[in-house]
Amino acid sequence: MSGIILPGADGSLFQRERAWHPPADTPGYKSTTFRAPRHSLLALGPTKSEMSGPTFGHEKFGALDNDLIRNFSQDGTDAIGQRMVVYGQVLDENARPVPNTLVEYWQANAGGRYRHKKEGYLAALDPNFGGFGRSLTDENGFYHFRTVKPGAYPWPNGGNDWRPAHIHFSVFGHAFAQRLITQMYFEGDPMIWQCPIVGTISDKAAIDQLTARLDRHNTTPMDALCYRFDIVLRGRRSTMFENKPEGN
Amino acid sequence: MLHPTPILKESPSQTAGPYVHIGMTPNFCDITGVCDVDLGATMLTPDTKGERITVSGRVFDGSGAPVADAVLEIWQADADGVFVSPPTRNSNSVPAFTGWGRQPTQSDGSFTFETIKPGRVDGPDGRPMAPHISLWIVARGINIGLQTRLYFADEAEANQGDFVLNKIMDPRRRETLIARKEAGPVPRYVLDIHLQGERETVFFDI
Repeated sequence: MSGIILPGADGSLFQRERAWHPPADTPGYKSTTFRAPRHSLLALGPTKSEMSGPTFGHEKFGALDNDLIRNFSQDGTDAIGQRMVVYGQVLDENARPVPNTLVEYWQANAGGRYRHKKEGYLAALDPNFGGFGRSLTDENGFYHFRTVKPGAYPWPNGGNDWRPAHIHFSVFGHAFAQRLITQMYFEGDPMIWQCPIVGTISDKAAIDQLTARLDRHNTTPMDALCYRFDIVLRGRRSTMFENKPEGN
Repeated sequence: MLHPTPILKESPSQTAGPYVHIGMTPNFCDITGVCDVDLGATMLTPDTKGERITVSGRVFDGSGAPVADAVLEIWQADADGVFVSPPTRNSNSVPAFTGWGRQPTQSDGSFTFETIKPGRVDGPDGRPMAPHISLWIVARGINIGLQTRLYFADEAEANQGDFVLNKIMDPRRRETLIARKEAGPVPRYVLDIHLQGERETVFFDI
């Protein structure tokens, strides 16, 4: 048996399915013109350096880290907008939960305005809304946070392009090669299908994967809507840990 | 049994957008009070073992313009060539060096990490790879995060035998991963990253 290495025994991940993701150069989204590498990516194969990654269980998180309605409040009152809870499960491609991993999220306020010095949209800033939060997933890979629904906003891409309401997500997993940034959209939003950034993804089913579902059952009566958004990270080829959470 | 194929599809990537600093370095862009410090801003503690170094550079686009709205993350071994895997939630034992850092680019596209020189880590061929730092870059106009590595110019011999560098046939392209050294009380290693153009950095599919 010497010399035979079973797939995944080196901790390797399933190869990234690049066609499911946007390509680097997407003319409809003009910012890629000078920022898309022209050379093809160099296939590296698994090494310890990228198959390991940081963990954040030792960090101290504040009680309001996952409450965008309150975590930037200047005068003790809530951020303005449609109140909602966003939650979901972080899984790997083997459908195993990813526990204790860091999920960060950021968004525009209810009017579609970001709190950023380079943002010039007319919509007003909300003094009580910062637009940033973070969670660690629990032992079953779940995260949740409270926020207001972000507004759609125009941006200078084509002349009259609009972003659909969306929330940005950054997720770690347990290997540096699992690192992922994506955006969450809202079920039923007609703006999704006109957006050049959404349009960088060619497969409709892939866009569907980024569309959060209204979870009517989990709405908070007289308080907040609820949306569910699951996130899938790359999975390890190893099956040594069958039926156990990823990374354990 | 072996899974020949994944059960689920990875969530497709989307660009981090022009306001990635809000989400990943909020204090840097004046969203203060939510968290005390930006995560990954400080990598060193007084207990960190190893040679202190500064890693810096600038990020440029294909027109030669600085990329002012990027975030870089690095991940590296400690001085002994070990990747620290910190303990889980609620543990009190914070490691002296976590190996992970995150920095925004400034208005001139520059970035700076204060870290230590990593030790050597075994490669897939069982031989030690040259000391290196893994890098990940996101920004507006980058549809999926770019992975690369930084190597050290003063490790020429180790670089010669490195598993990854030796996959790069064109010597000019290989140079795009090797940081030049500027001597000083704390040695500085400088590596510019070119997203596109004649000096385009080698990026990896890992």
